[in-house]
Amino acid sequence: MSVLKVNDLRVHFRASAGMVKAVDGVAFEIEKGECLGLVGESGSGKTLTALSIMKLIPENAKIAAGEILFHDINLLALPNDHMRGIRGSKIALVFQESGVSLDPVFTIGHQMTEALFTHRRLVNRKEAKEIALEYLNRVHIPDPLKTFYDYPHQLSGGAKQRVGIAISLLNSPELLILDEPTTALDVTIQAQILDLLDEIIERHDISVLFISHDFGIIARMADRVAVMRNGKIVEMGMKNEILSNPKDPYTVNLLESVKALSWR
Amino acid sequence: MAIVECRDIIKYFSVQRGYLKKGAGVVKALDGVSLEIEEGETFGLVGESGCGKTTLGKILLGIISPDSGEVLLKTKEKQAIFQDPYSSLDPKMKVRDIISEGLILKKGSKTRLLERIEKVLDVVRLPKGSLNKYPHQFSGGERQRIAIARAVVTEPEFIVCDEPVSNLDVTIQLQILKLLKEIQEKFRITYLFISHDLRVIKFMCDRVAVMKDGKIVENRGSKEIFTGPVHPYTKLLLSSIPRIF
Amino acid sequence: MKYFFKNRLALIGFIFITIILAFALFAPKIATHNPAAIDTKSILSGPSNSHILGTDTLGRDIFSRIVYGSRISLSIGFIAVGISVGIGIFFGSIAGYYGGKIDSIIMRFIDICLCFPTFFLILAVIALVEPSIFNIMAIIGLTSWMGIARLIRAEILTLKERDFISASRIMGARGSWIILRHLIPNAIGPVLVSATLGMGGAILIESSLSFLGIGVQPPTPSWGNILMDGKSTLGVAWWLTVFPGIFILLTVLAYNLLGEALRDLLEPRIVANERIESK
Repeated sequence: MSVLKVNDLRVHFRASAGMVKAVDGVAFEIEKGECLGLVGESGSGKTLTALSIMKLIPENAKIAAGEILFHDINLLALPNDHMRGIRGSKIALVFQESGVSLDPVFTIGHQMTEALFTHRRLVNRKEAKEIALEYLNRVHIPDPLKTFYDYPHQLSGGAKQRVGIAISLLNSPELLILDEPTTALDVTIQAQILDLLDEIIERHDISVLFISHDFGIIARMADRVAVMRNGKIVEMGMKNEILSNPKDPYTVNLLESVKALSWR
Repeated sequence: MAIVECRDIIKYFSVQRGYLKKGAGVVKALDGVSLEIEEGETFGLVGESGCGKTTLGKILLGIISPDSGEVLLKTKEKQAIFQDPYSSLDPKMKVRDIISEGLILKKGSKTRLLERIEKVLDVVRLPKGSLNKYPHQFSGGERQRIAIARAVVTEPEFIVCDEPVSNLDVTIQLQILKLLKEIQEKFRITYLFISHDLRVIKFMCDRVAVMKDGKIVENRGSKEIFTGPVHPYTKLLLSSIPRIF
Repeated sequence: MKYFFKNRLALIGFIFITIILAFALFAPKIATHNPAAIDTKSILSGPSNSHILGTDTLGRDIFSRIVYGSRISLSIGFIAVGISVGIGIFFGSIAGYYGGKIDSIIMRFIDICLCFPTFFLILAVIALVEPSIFNIMAIIGLTSWMGIARLIRAEILTLKERDFISASRIMGARGSWIILRHLIPNAIGPVLVSATLGMGGAILIESSLSFLGIGVQPPTPSWGNILMDGKSTLGVAWWLTVFPGIFILLTVLAYNLLGEALRDLLEPRIVANERIESK
């Protein structure tokens, strides 16, 4: 039973040189509880794919064709107010740099409770705060109460990313999209965040779309892997299959470069 | 024979707190760093953000001066290659002028300028037509080749590479690193290679110094560090790298 | 370049300035009469077939005087702005690049200069010196460089941290080389915008001075001194005021539109570059 099914997605981009087919016929499925890793180099269209699922594409882009089925509901045909009910609650997105997606003039607590109020009308302030503190705990923030009252600039990059993950979990999403969640972090912090994500995914039994340019991270986190290049998926399959037996020449080349630089 | 040496380098940066600049804090970017780089080798400097590796690189190049300690540079022929291929080239200058600037600034090197520029384009494998184009007409990997051409054309003896491939896709990374190795063999250049990525360091370097909080915590041969790290921080760094195979 | 002309208003501005430029360059061919030709038979006559914009108190053709007057307006604009840009770039780049004490001194100097009420300063100076065209250009230029200095300084403060500047320093470049070859070409954008807008401002100042009688002296025609004539004859000869007024208005507007279009042209590139840089 698939949670997400993308069919023939095409997203076009208005660049100065003309129109670019940034996403050119992408199709994949994500089953309940599985993690699909989307790997590709810069410009492959992976981020735009994620944004399309959330219907948050930039102004100079438009979805030219395709279907995005979330439990049989076509998101692309959904009116905006229905989409708002899904975005941020049933489907959540964690960006590369949570620091940028957090509003600098509001406290962490304010932003977390705001996320709650948007989707759960029946919660009062006291309950919202308790829920927020609970989730800050789940992402292993050392002092949740202090962090609740802190402003984003007072937190380290790793802490901000934990907060970003906490916010994404607040409304119990069924699908979590992670777009390069650790790329901006130091490697030791990155390892910690990946451990955290492992724990969260298992505990909440969430389906995950994990996007990265780093094959090492994808290998660690994903069950199945899709390789993207120039807006198309060139190869997709079980992780171990792709790693040991890549068929597409691009994938072969990519894996060889990674192997050459690996620290064996 | 050490071509670059530094002893007990200390460098402070002042940090302003608040609007009224009260109680200006001080950050010790470098807290007593000493190392030696042998001629012809590739010396790696690895650490996470804020450890001081870029500051040390700038001090060794002479762009900033330390607050205490000494730097001994046995050569004046030094160059640098930077991380961001988008900001390391002057966007308003043609590639020809970017590459030739070093030669023009160096006295007595104006002879056969065009010849030398074309030769270095061959070395970095860029087409001759690149000379009349502007940086924005090239990809990240190509711009890095231009930056390498600029660094190499003046025939330096020592080049500091500060995260030269960190902003590039992994397939391009490999190409550029191989190019750097090739150039080193051909022209016998000494490299100081700064990176946060241990995989890249392992590929390039003969000896490695691991930095944390402004200090060097381990300084050994590359093979030894990767097979048998001693310092707990080095072990932590190595274990944090996501492994595929 | 193509974007520039997509903006219709900018296109109109550009065309208008070109027309005025044509007036200035080809004045003898475009003007219908000799601008200094006195014709006592046609004093203060309204627009007609022989004098399309009417005549002034001495019977001189308004249209021809406006055509020749464009030379004054444009050249004062170019040279005054040229002077202010030159001085502004000089002080601004030194303050921005060298920083420290030099920066403080220059910025305080700019603050002091900004305290003077510019127009009254110009009035005072003109009253002391003779109101020649050259003096007017110089005085406008000398009192309007401060904004440009600040713009250049601000641009250079950000630019000098960029890697390509460090690269030049490592190769042995000295301050003057870096400023001239790297910093100024990259910082010039906002200055161009400011300069274009400044042209409009210079024209307004010149017109005001001439209107008050202390600018360009008759018989040399300037849009301002035609207005001066019109002051006393407003009731009987509206064309002496309206036509030069329209030209001043449209020219300043045209420069403003060009300046805004330039700004739009330069700004998006900055934003677009940033979008490409992040993965």
